[in-house]
Amino acid sequence: MDFGPFLFLATLEGLVQAAVLCLTALGLSLVFGVMRVVNVAHGEFYMLGAVIAWWVTSIVGIHPAVGFAAALAIAPLAVGAIAFAGERLILKRLDYNPEATIVATIGMLYVIQQMALLFFGPDPRPVEAPFYFRIQFPWFGYSGYKLIVVAAAIAILLIAWFVIAKTRIGLVMRATQFDGDTAQAFGIPVNRVYASVFAVGAMFAAVAAVLIVPIRQAHYLMGLDPLLLSFIVVILGGLGSIRGTIVAAILIGLSDGIISVFFSPTLAKMASTLLVALVLVFRPQGLFGREEL
Amino acid sequence: MLKVENLNSFYGASQVLRDFSIDLAAGEVLCLLGRNGAGKTTALRSIMGLLRPRSGLVTLDGRELTSLPGHEVPKAGIGYVPQGRRLFSELTVAENLEIGLMCRGGGEEVRERVLQYFPRLSERLDQASGTLSGGEQQMLAMARALCVEPSVILLDEPTEGLQPSMISTIRDVLLQLRGDGVGILLVEQRVDAVRPVADRVAFVENGCVRETVGVAALTENPELLRKYVGVG
Ligand SMILES: Nc1ncnc2c1ncn2[C@@H]1O[C@H](COP(=O)(O)OP(=O)(O)OP(=O)(O)O)[C@@H](O)[C@H]1O
Ligand SMILES: [Mg+2]
Repeated sequence: MDFGPFLFLATLEGLVQAAVLCLTALGLSLVFGVMRVVNVAHGEFYMLGAVIAWWVTSIVGIHPAVGFAAALAIAPLAVGAIAFAGERLILKRLDYNPEATIVATIGMLYVIQQMALLFFGPDPRPVEAPFYFRIQFPWFGYSGYKLIVVAAAIAILLIAWFVIAKTRIGLVMRATQFDGDTAQAFGIPVNRVYASVFAVGAMFAAVAAVLIVPIRQAHYLMGLDPLLLSFIVVILGGLGSIRGTIVAAILIGLSDGIISVFFSPTLAKMASTLLVALVLVFRPQGLFGREEL
Repeated sequence: MLKVENLNSFYGASQVLRDFSIDLAAGEVLCLLGRNGAGKTTALRSIMGLLRPRSGLVTLDGRELTSLPGHEVPKAGIGYVPQGRRLFSELTVAENLEIGLMCRGGGEEVRERVLQYFPRLSERLDQASGTLSGGEQQMLAMARALCVEPSVILLDEPTEGLQPSMISTIRDVLLQLRGDGVGILLVEQRVDAVRPVADRVAFVENGCVRETVGVAALTENPELLRKYVGVG
């Protein structure tokens, strides 16, 4: 293949990567932005999304598309419920203390991971894509499903933007993010906002995982990579900045995809890590962060 | 209507309020005066449910507030103008007002009525509140609290850092509210801002109300100011 088409292919792969990363990192960024909680277990919610998707599709076996649709509905809800319970039982009791919640979410990471190992087993398991079709470009054919993943991620991000920027729910979230005490002094149930945000943040990771699992397979250790990349993205974009998170996710996703195709996935991870190190040195508040952060 | 009895509040292990008690009637302006660190802000935060007192009782028209979850306290009809304004500075003026309106489900007519007090805000509804001038920010902090349609309003040093013309605007609004039967609990440092509006003055020292007097006593008995505020 010539360089041009090859770069095009690599860019497509990068876009898929970026789409999934946008959703995953947005979840992490929301939780940090509103609650100031660094959720180390975020990758495990991603993994749970994929594992539950496998489980649902293996039960609902009428047609891959039906099973997948069921998984897309059930997995995020189940993950959201688990996250909600974790928030009520653990984070709330720690009074959202920044250090304590880091330790607690590390604990959650291992508990969830080991539970997955126990009930799901150590082997990767495939989930069938809801449909197969190839889009034929002049130089190569490309998976239609992958392009649908990109489109779905864009749609979800647009909805998320609309809710955050234009609705009362979003206003309540933003007010809580800026000043929880004052929000409460105006009748906002800050505790409930926190629990919901934590659940929704986990659901973003779960949706991303359901979308990607027909391409990647479900595995009990699959949460590590997205956690690392999400951290890189959130730091790069500026802590708590949603716009920064999206821009950084596209940047990292694209470069990761492209470098992986041209060279190797390991080099891609090294490049991302180097980039975040450089940003931390020259612009510690991140690309879109405010000075004081 | 607002009755505060024997509040004891702590930050960690250190006690800030000691048997703090006050009484506020409808249409009355009660002013808290006291030195820096006396516990005035802590008293307001304890009434608002932002800081849970270890013991004591707050009731509004006989309804107990101290046992409510924190976010229910404002819904009982208490508006709060915090020290330093505490606007949601990245939100617009309109959004700040919306937060106040949501508290008790106030609609467009409440907003219109509140904006009549502060016409300058109507021209700046889409501006980020952090970019308002200091005086405009204070107006917005008051407007936001009024959007709650409060029967009692707590104000923590609303004249801090404002020029005289702005102070008189705020005084006019307070006098109107008092006329409408709103109970006003006002924390102030500046005695000159207190005299024209207050009905009674409570002197706070060491987390406790030492003495409550009619406002006339400030003039008749300047010794009080020297003793509790260190001026006069
Ligand atoms: N968040 C906090 N943590 C620990 N101590 C606090 C906290 N806030 C206030 N304090 C302490 O409580 C005491 C009372 O403070 P408070 O803010 O109520 O005083 P104040 O009367 O409002 O003073 P000022 O006139 O300066 O506003 C002070 O000694 C202060 O140091
Ligand atoms: Mg104070």
